[in-house]
Amino acid sequence: MKALALGVGNLLWADEGFGVRCVEAFAERFAIPEQLTVADGGTQGLYLVDLIREHNPVVIFDAVDFGDAPGSMRVVADDEIPAFVAGKKVSLHQAGLQDVIACAKLLGDCAENMLLIGVQPVELEDYGGSLRPEVKAQIPAALDVARNYLTGFGILLEEARGKSGASIITPGLELAAYEAERPDSDSACRQGDARVLARARAQ
Amino acid sequence: MAIQTPNGFTLDNSGKRVVVDPITRIEGHLRIEVNVDDDNIIRNAVSTGTMWRGLEVILKGRDPRDAWAFTQRICGVCTGTHALTSVRAVEDALNIDIPENANTIRNLMQLTLQVHDHIVHFYHLHALDWVDVVSGLSADPKATSELAQSISNWPKSSPGYFKDLQTRLKKFVESGQLGLFRNAYWGHPAYKLPPEANLMATAHYLEALDFQKEIKKIHTIFGGKNPHPNWLVGGVPCPINVSDTGAVGAINIERLAHVKRIIDQCRQFSEQVYLPDLLAIASFYKDWTYGGGISGQNVMSYGDIPEHANDYSADNLLLPRGAILNGNLAEIHEVDQRNPDEIQEFVPHSWYSYADESIGLHPWDGVTEPNFELGPNAKGTKTHLEELDEDAKYSWIKSPRWKGNPMEVGPLARYIIGYAQGNPEFKEPVDKVLTDLDLPVTALFSTLGRTAARGLECVWAADKMDHFYNKLITNIRNGDVATANTQQWDPKTWPSDVKGVGFTEAPRGALGHWIHIKDTRIENYQAVVPTTWNAGPRDNEGNIGAYEASLMDTPMADPEQPLEILRTIHSFDPCLACSTHVMSPDGDELADIKVR
Repeated sequence: MKALALGVGNLLWADEGFGVRCVEAFAERFAIPEQLTVADGGTQGLYLVDLIREHNPVVIFDAVDFGDAPGSMRVVADDEIPAFVAGKKVSLHQAGLQDVIACAKLLGDCAENMLLIGVQPVELEDYGGSLRPEVKAQIPAALDVARNYLTGFGILLEEARGKSGASIITPGLELAAYEAERPDSDSACRQGDARVLARARAQ
Repeated sequence: MAIQTPNGFTLDNSGKRVVVDPITRIEGHLRIEVNVDDDNIIRNAVSTGTMWRGLEVILKGRDPRDAWAFTQRICGVCTGTHALTSVRAVEDALNIDIPENANTIRNLMQLTLQVHDHIVHFYHLHALDWVDVVSGLSADPKATSELAQSISNWPKSSPGYFKDLQTRLKKFVESGQLGLFRNAYWGHPAYKLPPEANLMATAHYLEALDFQKEIKKIHTIFGGKNPHPNWLVGGVPCPINVSDTGAVGAINIERLAHVKRIIDQCRQFSEQVYLPDLLAIASFYKDWTYGGGISGQNVMSYGDIPEHANDYSADNLLLPRGAILNGNLAEIHEVDQRNPDEIQEFVPHSWYSYADESIGLHPWDGVTEPNFELGPNAKGTKTHLEELDEDAKYSWIKSPRWKGNPMEVGPLARYIIGYAQGNPEFKEPVDKVLTDLDLPVTALFSTLGRTAARGLECVWAADKMDHFYNKLITNIRNGDVATANTQQWDPKTWPSDVKGVGFTEAPRGALGHWIHIKDTRIENYQAVVPTTWNAGPRDNEGNIGAYEASLMDTPMADPEQPLEILRTIHSFDPCLACSTHVMSPDGDELADIKVR
């Protein structure tokens, strides 16, 4: 059975994009071996159940509220995971990772070995925004943890050394383009619609 | 005090107020408040979206060719439908024609999504409003097997199969890991199925969960990957190379054969499992006739699934297009998304500001300026709302209207319009269900009618997948392998200032994207999603929308356990498309029910 590196969350909501940005960086940094799947799970919720049934071991990257200092990373394994993702809704009809894991167990073939690499978000309320620096800075460390864990299962990851990894992220949403092409706050009217503001100024 | 709405409902908010927040097992965040009278019958209903999406503000200034990728991320459910609507809007603005194969493959993608979404909605989000999983633990496996074999020739129906499942389920429930089965009202008096029907439906809940993974593989084959398949302005991003054996992403004979196998499975599952289950469950709830709302008056569908490429007129669309007003099935009105007087969004009861809130704005002229303020009769604070004031602004959803009328959209709307057109593809299956259940045609206008229409549409969509598969094969055999038109890919070829509209029928109803492209960048982007039509608040004239109307006059067995509200709201397949927020490890996912 192949192993899985899975990123979950919504990249449109600032630090909520941590998981997806991790797998994007993962595929850029490492040469992906045959026995490993790297997946951008987004907010697919319940549909992720297939992925954790068909792979083992499974590494999940996600933004999680551990109650820790913003930007800090925490690693949780196996049966500990559901408790930490209990209240979190991954979306897709509000099914959370806990539900996804419970479903896979009910179907009788949930991955036996799972590792959650979570980071405490700094900012979520910035629709269309990107990761905050503290959260982004944790990506290399998160990838190191994933590599060590996978090495324990005989999956050896080598640095791709300039060779670009598999394209994990949808074209147009890659981190660099997502950040660089974000219109500035004024032209995007993040503080309100220009026509309305113009009216307000005219009054 | 009772008030009469222009669209014929009597609202009385003098009784006990029941607040359900959030409505669980849906996408996004929805809050419902109702007032019940002394007999616990709903006499006033308030539907409110409590999160702001703001898609418009994140697309401004972006490359129009990337808009689909962003819209695909606003929601975990209708990903492909938003992407398709977006590329259609850009193609409309720039006058780009797509090849016939691209249209066929897009239809296959869209129909796959319909089948997938309808199955997942019915079994995993809605069935538990009718099926008591815990009751199934006391079922007799042999009697369950007899029941299953009496309604379908689906092979997984032996006594041993149901016995094994029951054992597994018991262990699961006893371990305390209820998973998706928590947040339900097991033992509620509104559950009417015998234990055997409950066990059978629970078995199919699990089979559907297992089967849905196959359906999605069609998206992987044509979209390159799943989740988040790729789309392309001008066509589809998959080349066809039938003799090819290994190239990444190309459509070859082997992959096409795989698509065909999945289509056959979709047809079998919808005909032999979904539809028989639906009829079996409905037969126990024939007297639960509530939830029709405005479906007997006003319904609308944009239509979808073009038989031929680049023609979005009603005659070329296999899903019906049109609007019905005041229940007059004899007249089907044409809907024009470009006409500034037809589709308009109002905000007097929404948390937005317009210069003049007595008028509605067409999406091309849409304005999205947030204005979060509570009315004088609201209770609580902005961060801890106890009770909304529906006479003031009370929702983050705007109120879209067609020629001033609230409209219901979705599978039921599509089937009512198809039925009214006398189209045998829609009329015959409806008549058969009504005959089998011995119900009059007016039974369609109900919560169960909505749920039944979705099931019938699933069967229809699986059949149409086969139709378009055959069409693709024929076209390839005739030597046409074009899948993309890239002549206008370069922004230098674009006019400097253009507008376009793209539309689809998403699983849950009419979806439109309106785009304004200026100097090769997005100047304005407005999406009017199906749940906006259905869940929107009151309008400037006081008309209530589809959700609010559907809850009216429904009796509740116990306001503390609002199963009846969930039942009707879930029948719309709500999708508030606002995405996720982190909650604390001990975050309480149980809906908060307050009765005052």
